Amino acid sequence: MSGTRLRALSVATVVTLITGYALAAFVAPMDADQGFIQKIFYLHVPMAIVALCGFIFAGLCAIAHLRTDDAKWDLRAYVAIHISIILGVGVLLTGAIWAKASWGHYWVWDEPTLVSFLIIFLLYATYTPLRFSIEDRDKQARYASVFAITAGAFVPLNFLAVRAATSLVHPRTLSSADNLPGAMRTAFLVCLLGMTLLYVLLWQYEIAHKTTVAQLRALKRRLAGDEGLRPRRSAAPELQVR
Amino acid sequence: MLLAASNVLPDNAGYVAAAYLVFLALLLIYVGIMAYKLINVQRDVAEITELAERRLDTDAADPAGTHDREGTPA
Repeated sequence: MSGTRLRALSVATVVTLITGYALAAFVAPMDADQGFIQKIFYLHVPMAIVALCGFIFAGLCAIAHLRTDDAKWDLRAYVAIHISIILGVGVLLTGAIWAKASWGHYWVWDEPTLVSFLIIFLLYATYTPLRFSIEDRDKQARYASVFAITAGAFVPLNFLAVRAATSLVHPRTLSSADNLPGAMRTAFLVCLLGMTLLYVLLWQYEIAHKTTVAQLRALKRRLAGDEGLRPRRSAAPELQVR
Repeated sequence: MLLAASNVLPDNAGYVAAAYLVFLALLLIYVGIMAYKLINVQRDVAEITELAERRLDTDAADPAGTHDREGTPA
């Protein structure tokens, strides 16, 4: 993505996020049941949805990598999982704070929605160590893609299984959004859009950074030969740039 | 002013503030890590510039190209 488009995306992200959270704070009415604490909903739920969609997107990139054997798809999957894990940390922490305020406990082990998200998070937390444990770069990329596809397929299956289960206290994610009154729904949708833009923005930034690093390494190799580069083991994909 | 705000905000506003601060903290940590990586990129660019300048100096001193440039720095 060019610098101009990245700048436009950055501005759009900031504007959408500020608008969304201003709507959530000042326009969306106070929840009759939970009161002010429900404002966490506008942060926690969009983060969870975007993080899970990011994992699925990584699976699709991994499919493209196995089909084309092009390292750029492996890089896209790697970065997508990386950003989703960061959002996943946010989901777990904000969820724990909301749970403490609403239910009196930071964590409820017999709640399927919470435990299933934790399982998905822990599953993806093994992705980077898995990559790091494989020295051969081709094998690393292939095994990581297989992992991303398998885990990516697990995400919607897990989501459906949790929806089919009887919930104890956690509201159902999307059906609860359907029941929102107009102002709440608008605020939620703008926050969701803002979070999606933030995800895409961070993803683009990291892709741009890793591509630049690969180009610099290639340039250094041309100028100084292989001895100019320190051999390093890394979990990140290696782009071959001429 | 803070005292006035605390009189207006509901009792459990601390939890909401904590949740949003967690999000902000995560973003700031991410930006901090990216800034650190950017410093590494700047260092690499400086190193490459130095290598390129050395290469140019070598070319200027030895226009016939008799000097072996493999494994520069010369």
